[in-house]
Amino acid sequence: MRIFAYAVAGWLVLVGAMGILRSRNLIQATVSLSVAQSGTYVLLLAVGYQWEGAAPVFSPGSTPTSDVVDPVVQAMALTDIVVSATVTALLLALTIQIEKTHHTVDPDKLQQLKG
Amino acid sequence: MSRRARLLVFGLGAAGLAVMFAFAVAGMPPFGTSEHLYRDLAVPAALQHRTANVVSSVNFDQRALDTLGEEVILLSSVIGTAALLRPTRGEVRRPTTRGGHVSDSTTLVSYLLLPVTVLIGLDVVAHGHLTPGGGFQGGVVLATAVHLLYLAGRYESLERLRPLTWYVWTEGLSAASFAVIGLVGLAQGSGFLANVAPLGSFQSLLSAGTVPILNVVTGAAVAGGGVVLLAQFFGQAIGTTRPPTRRSTS
Amino acid sequence: MYRGLASDLAPLAVALPIVMACAVLVVQRWASRRLADLLAMVAAVAALGLSAALVAATKDGRVVTWSGGWEPRDGRSVGIVLVVDQLSAGFACLAAGLTCCALLYSWRYLEAAHGHYHALMLLFLAGMIGFVLTGDLFNMFVFFELMGVSAFALTGLHIEEPDSVQGSLNFALINSLGAYLSLMGIGLLYARTGQLGFAQLGAKLAGHPADGLIVGAFVLVTIGFLVKAAMAPMHFWLADAHAVAPTPVCVLMSGVMVEMGVYALARVYLTVFATSIPAPVVQRAFLTMGLLTAAVGSLMCFAQRHLKRLLAYSTIAHVGLFLIGFALLSPDGLAGVALYVVGHAGVKGALFLLVGLLLDRFQSLDEGKLFGRVGGRHPACWMFLLAALALAGLPPSGPGLGKAITEEAASAAGYPWLSVVFVLVSAVTGAAVLRAGLRVFLGRGHRPGPIEPAHQIGAEPKEPETEHPLRRTPLTMLVAIGALLAGSIVVGVVPALAQAVGRGAVFFSDQAGYFNQALFAVPAAPAPASAAWWSWSGILLGAASTVLAMIIAGISLHVRPPERGHFRSRMIAGVELVRRLHSGHIGDYVAWLLFGAAVLAALIGLPLLP
Repeated sequence: MRIFAYAVAGWLVLVGAMGILRSRNLIQATVSLSVAQSGTYVLLLAVGYQWEGAAPVFSPGSTPTSDVVDPVVQAMALTDIVVSATVTALLLALTIQIEKTHHTVDPDKLQQLKG
Repeated sequence: MSRRARLLVFGLGAAGLAVMFAFAVAGMPPFGTSEHLYRDLAVPAALQHRTANVVSSVNFDQRALDTLGEEVILLSSVIGTAALLRPTRGEVRRPTTRGGHVSDSTTLVSYLLLPVTVLIGLDVVAHGHLTPGGGFQGGVVLATAVHLLYLAGRYESLERLRPLTWYVWTEGLSAASFAVIGLVGLAQGSGFLANVAPLGSFQSLLSAGTVPILNVVTGAAVAGGGVVLLAQFFGQAIGTTRPPTRRSTS
Repeated sequence: MYRGLASDLAPLAVALPIVMACAVLVVQRWASRRLADLLAMVAAVAALGLSAALVAATKDGRVVTWSGGWEPRDGRSVGIVLVVDQLSAGFACLAAGLTCCALLYSWRYLEAAHGHYHALMLLFLAGMIGFVLTGDLFNMFVFFELMGVSAFALTGLHIEEPDSVQGSLNFALINSLGAYLSLMGIGLLYARTGQLGFAQLGAKLAGHPADGLIVGAFVLVTIGFLVKAAMAPMHFWLADAHAVAPTPVCVLMSGVMVEMGVYALARVYLTVFATSIPAPVVQRAFLTMGLLTAAVGSLMCFAQRHLKRLLAYSTIAHVGLFLIGFALLSPDGLAGVALYVVGHAGVKGALFLLVGLLLDRFQSLDEGKLFGRVGGRHPACWMFLLAALALAGLPPSGPGLGKAITEEAASAAGYPWLSVVFVLVSAVTGAAVLRAGLRVFLGRGHRPGPIEPAHQIGAEPKEPETEHPLRRTPLTMLVAIGALLAGSIVVGVVPALAQAVGRGAVFFSDQAGYFNQALFAVPAAPAPASAAWWSWSGILLGAASTVLAMIIAGISLHVRPPERGHFRSRMIAGVELVRRLHSGHIGDYVAWLLFGAAVLAALIGLPLLP
């Protein structure tokens, strides 16, 4: 258990990169990038975890305590998610334009930028 | 490079990084540790500003500058997508006609869910400082709600409910308000993005000072931005015809 | 704690372009193009003014601003701190100044996605300013992404050009992957320290010898910055992006965005990791990578005939030199690099704009197609040739001064042979630009043959960036180019600038001072007067690289392509091999990105194994 979450995080990043590398379709490459990014969510949330820690939200009736999981990594993960959504939107927009101008979305067939 | 060469280079790199990461993980503190330095500072700071949702306190009070940046990233991507998907020479935005068949039950459920979803979105935004959620989450729900009309098979009514300029303005003005609220703190001498509003009483709707205000602003920005963003892609999928000659060039 | 006007400047410099970008976005629906131009220009000039005020305010140390009013108690705070010193304020100035010139160049004429272009340029500027002013690692990541997202969109703005959208996609994918690796590094560092501010992180790591986690965090955090800085072998995206981006955007990307990668590397190492990862290890690693980058960049630069790509590879070569300058890890080395960056930004910006003029008048970027078409009587001709010589290090230009000071710092650090590298790299890149200028403007030498099918770039006729091909050059464009060139010369002529940069570099490398001033408001100790100025050896080396550039350009103009089997043809085949690696294929780039990261990890990790 000690290293399980971290291993998953590392695995996701590498497998996402591998997905971009082997992709024959730019939409798949874009999604692979999101897979790689989800590795960062896992790492951040794993870092902030505490056994038996409560959620860092004090609902009425509960006494505020410091025994909560780390709220800072959650805030960081939220930022990360927004970044992921925005980058995905841009990449998909670019993919649409590539399809219009190149008539393909296969990276192997894009020949414009050699040398 | 050939596919094989590419995989070889990748394999070497990935193996190297995996070894490095393994060494790094070996030096990590034990999983689930109770030692969280920043947390020990952030929780009292949130309570001091009477904010029940500590994550919101971090996002909109303690590290509000990050969130300003985050919101501007979203703004930037909305503008960027609109610029990248603008109609080019020869492309026509044609008025959409109803296409495809939508079953009556889908239409009914979509119409029923629309008001519910809007309410949930508003609730998530308004209680961002008290319960899990906040401007980002609620904003996404609101943007989704509008698009239930598309599921109902009414792209025209979606377009009517969606005067895009209004949403662009909402997005732009909300992002600007976030920065301006920050500047108010600066003008009062408490610092950029300082929590200058009255703090209210803990765990009540009117508490946490500027946190709920910034939540509302963010909710508006995210809802506006989300609608504009999706509209660009809808425009590509449904509302655009390409000039017929372009296909023949490949 | 001192709280005055000075500490308000930093957040204002970030917030102002953001608010103005929103204003442009809101008014663009009904306002004329002229108003968008005007608003954007006002914002850029105001940001320049605020950054200049920050430079003045940081004369004797740093300006520290805690956002949200979360002033530290006992050195602890939950807030984000902005810590500005002369170098970061100077960088903000450079970014704002280049934005002014870029906006002036695009004034009225450049056909751009209406209003969107202006808003994106301002958000790009806000991202760059925030990136250099912040004193917090995660906040730096946020502004890094803001810089990235706006730059990706700006690069792809010519959506009808097939290479433009592809270049932008390569740029976006590779830079985002790099950024996520950085975020992994931030996560590792946070797990160890529970901190995010540079000062707090540095204090936490101080005295701890580097272990696996610290090395891993350092390598991962810096990967994102090094991708942005286009360190070989993570540099592939740069040529693609620069070759296709709208000309004013090239000025910002080549002049300051890429260099910010080196800035961030230096900032993060010197404030966070300096006491745990030993300097000799870092020095060796970045000398190696810098040499590789400079070699690949200059080789590829010389082999280009697509003018924007040629300039892009020259930027890669110079980034190699900047990395070498950082690797010296001395205040003098940093001062040299900072001056070099400013001088390079002016020259390279001017060159990009001049090439943009050619595109707008002749609809081509190919050295062969433009051969002799412009004529030597156009003012652009002499500006281009002067810029080429300045790029080669002609005294007293800014790049020449930066190069001279960095060379001396290298000798002082025990690497006198690095002077040879500096002379060679600046001579080769200068020669490539000179050769192109002599061919295009004066029609010297023989006309290059038609493009081989293997290198298609620039083969197709290009659309001009203006609405119609230009008949004559608008005055605004010429003023923008002149301002950039003049700025680059001023750096090498005004001793006060070099003095300020020299002092700033001392503050920049003072980890303890940074910590004390950021967290405990201890005023900085006065920096000693800097000796950063021209020396005789610097002038001689500058002259040598300029003459060498002229000789190389002359030879390459008058020598015919070799026959098959000849020694030179085999050399060309070798260059061809390197060239083929630059395939434009996103999968290749990802493979090289991970490979480069692993090499860096080995260079830093292996010497530290127990």
